[in-house]
Amino acid sequence: MPARVGDKIFSRLTLFFSVLMVAILIALLVVLGIDAWPAIQKFGLSFITSIEWDPVNEVFGALPAIYGTLLTSLIGLLIAVPISLGSAVFLSELAPDWMRRPCSFVIEMLAAIPSVIIGLWGLYVMVPFIRSPIETWLGSNLGFLPLFQGPPFGVGFLSAGIILAIMVIPIITAVSREVIAAVPLTQREAMLALGATRWEMITRSVLPYCRSGLVGGVILGLGRALGETMAVTMVIGNSYALSPSLFSPGATIASKVASEFNEASGDLYIGSLIELALVLFAITLLVNIIARLLVWRTVSVRGTGE
Amino acid sequence: MKAQSGYFRRQQFSRMMLVLCGVATAMVILVLILILGYTLVNGISYLSLDFITQQSKPVGEAGGGMRDDIYGTFILVGLASLIALPVGLMAGIFLAEFAGPKMASAIRFAADILAGVPSIIVGVFAYAILVRPMHTYSALSAGVALAIIMIPVVARTAEESLRLVPNSQREAALALGISRWRITLGVIVPGAVTGIVTGIMLAVARIAGETAPLIFTALGSAFGVQGLTQPIGALPLQIYRYALSPYSDWQQQAWAAAFLLVILVLGINIVVRLVSRRKKK
Repeated sequence: MPARVGDKIFSRLTLFFSVLMVAILIALLVVLGIDAWPAIQKFGLSFITSIEWDPVNEVFGALPAIYGTLLTSLIGLLIAVPISLGSAVFLSELAPDWMRRPCSFVIEMLAAIPSVIIGLWGLYVMVPFIRSPIETWLGSNLGFLPLFQGPPFGVGFLSAGIILAIMVIPIITAVSREVIAAVPLTQREAMLALGATRWEMITRSVLPYCRSGLVGGVILGLGRALGETMAVTMVIGNSYALSPSLFSPGATIASKVASEFNEASGDLYIGSLIELALVLFAITLLVNIIARLLVWRTVSVRGTGE
Repeated sequence: MKAQSGYFRRQQFSRMMLVLCGVATAMVILVLILILGYTLVNGISYLSLDFITQQSKPVGEAGGGMRDDIYGTFILVGLASLIALPVGLMAGIFLAEFAGPKMASAIRFAADILAGVPSIIVGVFAYAILVRPMHTYSALSAGVALAIIMIPVVARTAEESLRLVPNSQREAALALGISRWRITLGVIVPGAVTGIVTGIMLAVARIAGETAPLIFTALGSAFGVQGLTQPIGALPLQIYRYALSPYSDWQQQAWAAAFLLVILVLGINIVVRLVSRRKKK
């Protein structure tokens, strides 16, 4: 029957495009692997552990970039997690009804602002403010810690971390709000009936109930922070340093690739930058898979629990 | 008596922590206001008709605008949509209508992972498969990079909207003896069209502001738009270049361009949300 033939063609066509989407993902890995091969072959494991980046002598190591990526993401999460959880609790448990929608809407708008504009704002508005008073104050009062030593440049790990916090707060808040809303009302009522205050109800009943979803949201934010490029490139100062000081200018994997790729020449130099991208790809892949599994598990718990 | 004062203290503590949660929310909103406020105030002071209708000028010459970059952004977004919409929509239809549960969750997983790939890596990929073999930066390679970012977003939102169409509609149409592909295109997709368009517009808003994948694909162009196989300018790319330049005139132009981009991106977001909310009611 012609109708059946039409059905077959159409469903095959949709299957084809779905497979194409999966193929793009695989192609990403394969193509980057091939193009990074000269660097992988030349440097082997020392690529990860070496701190040198010398295009003239063609010696490349990724450690400072990996360090910068992890450090800035860590700073970002340290700032973003308490603020995001606080906002999520406020928006789902405390805020009066008329406030919830506008507030959530505004926080979603923050997520929609292009990264390059946050970078522009960061560079011209936030960085001068970080340099002084924040860094000068930290330097003179907590300067005995290695974290807060050295001249206050403004641009550096600290500024990049704060920018990342701004960019991941909307994500973590949105996911947290959703998983908190999924906690059954009975959990809250039971805790209140035992004489708990509202804060005790939240910290001992609501948050533990959706713990894995919250962790999933945080890791999702981490995945975004690790790969964030433009805003970080604009405020991190682009020096290849392995300094313990948060004031020090540095680089992340993404900022290194963004700022050098166009000037790179020679297979080894380009290959090394592509290998950097590959390392970032591997890290974010791992982080995103973990996040997805965690968020999915809470959602399915909710599905069977009700 | 003692128990009562303990309870009082716990209530006090609770109240304090709840206030702190409110403060956290206020801080987030304040940051948004600061970013938008500075962009609007700094941007509007440079903005003029010339800025939108004139070509950029070399260093040292005052004035000049971003006509070509605005045009370039529209071309890139159009090109990316042209590539991404068929792929994303068809994949979404497959996930919602045809895939078995195991297949669907595997493909959905791949889509979510693809959506989480940092955009700079997509740029490197487009460089490797298009810029290098063709020996030139091009609008085409940038369009492909943006399309790859767009595809999983379109696919997932299309799937979710299609799933919201009630099964009774599928059954009613099947009972009339219509074939499945005509039901899908004639009944189910039209039923989900608001959600699908919402997803597409949000994806467009996202790629319109993407910069990282353009740096080594589109490159930017001082000679206007010259076709798909030549370098092309884009608004976000120009913001990046001008913001990092040492010339105060260019820095001001970066703010003005940021103003336009914010209006474009947030404008799409706000309109889309207002429309889809009205539909829900």
